[in-house]
Amino acid sequence: MVDFFGWQMPLHYGSQIEEHHSVRQAAGMFDVSHMLPVDFNGEDSQRFLQLMLASDVEKKLNQNGRATYTVMLNENGGIIDDLIVYRLADQTYRAIFNAGTATADLEWIQSKAVSQFSVDISPRHDLNILAIQGPDALTKSSNVFGTTPPEELKPFRCIESNGFFVGRTGYTGEDGIEVLCGTEQAKLLWESLHDMGVRPCGLGARDTLRLEAGLNLNGQDMNPDISPLASALGWVVDWDPEERQFIGRQALTQERTRGLRRRLTGVVLKGGIMRSGQEVLTDSGSGVITSGSYSPTLGYSVALARVPAAATGTCKVVIRNREIEGRLVRPPFVRKGEKVHK
Amino acid sequence: MSDTPSELKYTKTHEWARLDDGTVVVGISDYAQDALGDVVFVELPVVGDDVKEGEEVAVVESVKAASDIYSPISGSISQVNELLDEQPELLNSDPYGEGWIFTISPTDSDDYEELLDSNGYDEFCSSEEHEN
Repeated sequence: MVDFFGWQMPLHYGSQIEEHHSVRQAAGMFDVSHMLPVDFNGEDSQRFLQLMLASDVEKKLNQNGRATYTVMLNENGGIIDDLIVYRLADQTYRAIFNAGTATADLEWIQSKAVSQFSVDISPRHDLNILAIQGPDALTKSSNVFGTTPPEELKPFRCIESNGFFVGRTGYTGEDGIEVLCGTEQAKLLWESLHDMGVRPCGLGARDTLRLEAGLNLNGQDMNPDISPLASALGWVVDWDPEERQFIGRQALTQERTRGLRRRLTGVVLKGGIMRSGQEVLTDSGSGVITSGSYSPTLGYSVALARVPAAATGTCKVVIRNREIEGRLVRPPFVRKGEKVHK
Repeated sequence: MSDTPSELKYTKTHEWARLDDGTVVVGISDYAQDALGDVVFVELPVVGDDVKEGEEVAVVESVKAASDIYSPISGSISQVNELLDEQPELLNSDPYGEGWIFTISPTDSDDYEELLDSNGYDEFCSSEEHEN
């Protein structure tokens, strides 16, 4: 067990590598109740999120039951948190924040909501979150719920039924769902899924799975001093329409005009294990590993690194004073269980 | 409860040692492999290197983190287990057998006798667990 921002969480339930493989090959489940859902209600909900988030919620969540991945920025364009926001109903949204930043996120949101917006902000500490992930996740979950997943539950869609909120989202690069419900329901769901052969997975497998999928971890691959443009998240930023003055827009515009100095990319390396903080020597100068580990699917080390924007090709990673050759590649490293780069 | 064979010697840094025809074979204990979790990479010592007792000579990387391996005695590295380049998981599956890491020709063979015996090592591990 490890302390994760005040939550006691298992790093693994036995073997991190076996848990990893079960998500790539069958189905695994994660208790991610440490994350904080926050509901936004009221006639200005949408207008408020248009200010707070880098994505255009009006455009990306143009129907009830849609979800999108986005970031919340500070005035300098730095990432306060990354999140998935769901549209439950007209002017009703749910965002899920990271545990480590949840308190600061709420303070920031509440400080911005005062007076100008008619929006009710409710942190949902009462909700548990279970993520069921893997190629068999939907089938196994359907067996437990006793119904096939409704047609409308496509990727990045959500539905609410009988006290369960279900989104077809996740953090592993596999198909799957994230389920929000009360504690008693969550216990029952966990036990039923376990009986169905869905393997419990800890924080360790969650980290190697998201890394193979090229998904950033807040606080590690991104932080309030670094913009989404330098975090391989330019795609979440909606520049149009120009009138939408979301927080951080001005700083991002300046950064874009000036030209990007650093970017986040992937590194693959054999002959060592990359870890965060190690130096990366490239043809365009030095960079740093932000997340590194062993990839159980590939059998060698993969990492995310922040490097000079022009860097490409081979690189050297400094591991315990030795320079080991690696290669800069575009994440993800693994897609739907298969190796992406030769 | 982890396995601690009584015919071996141990260190407080969780290496085991076995005197074998004048050389000393070194690996990590069952207790250590269990604490580390899945081992995914081993950086082996260099054959011929002279090392001192307590010196860092190898590195074992698990999925979680890197851990240093210290030489239990002073001497010269005589062999390394190259099988670990391809199968680092042998440290988990067979820590006292195929998962050996290196052998060392001791400078002074008396050094070996001064290492912990299995009872001493077990006591040390349980006292460490109480602290944690």
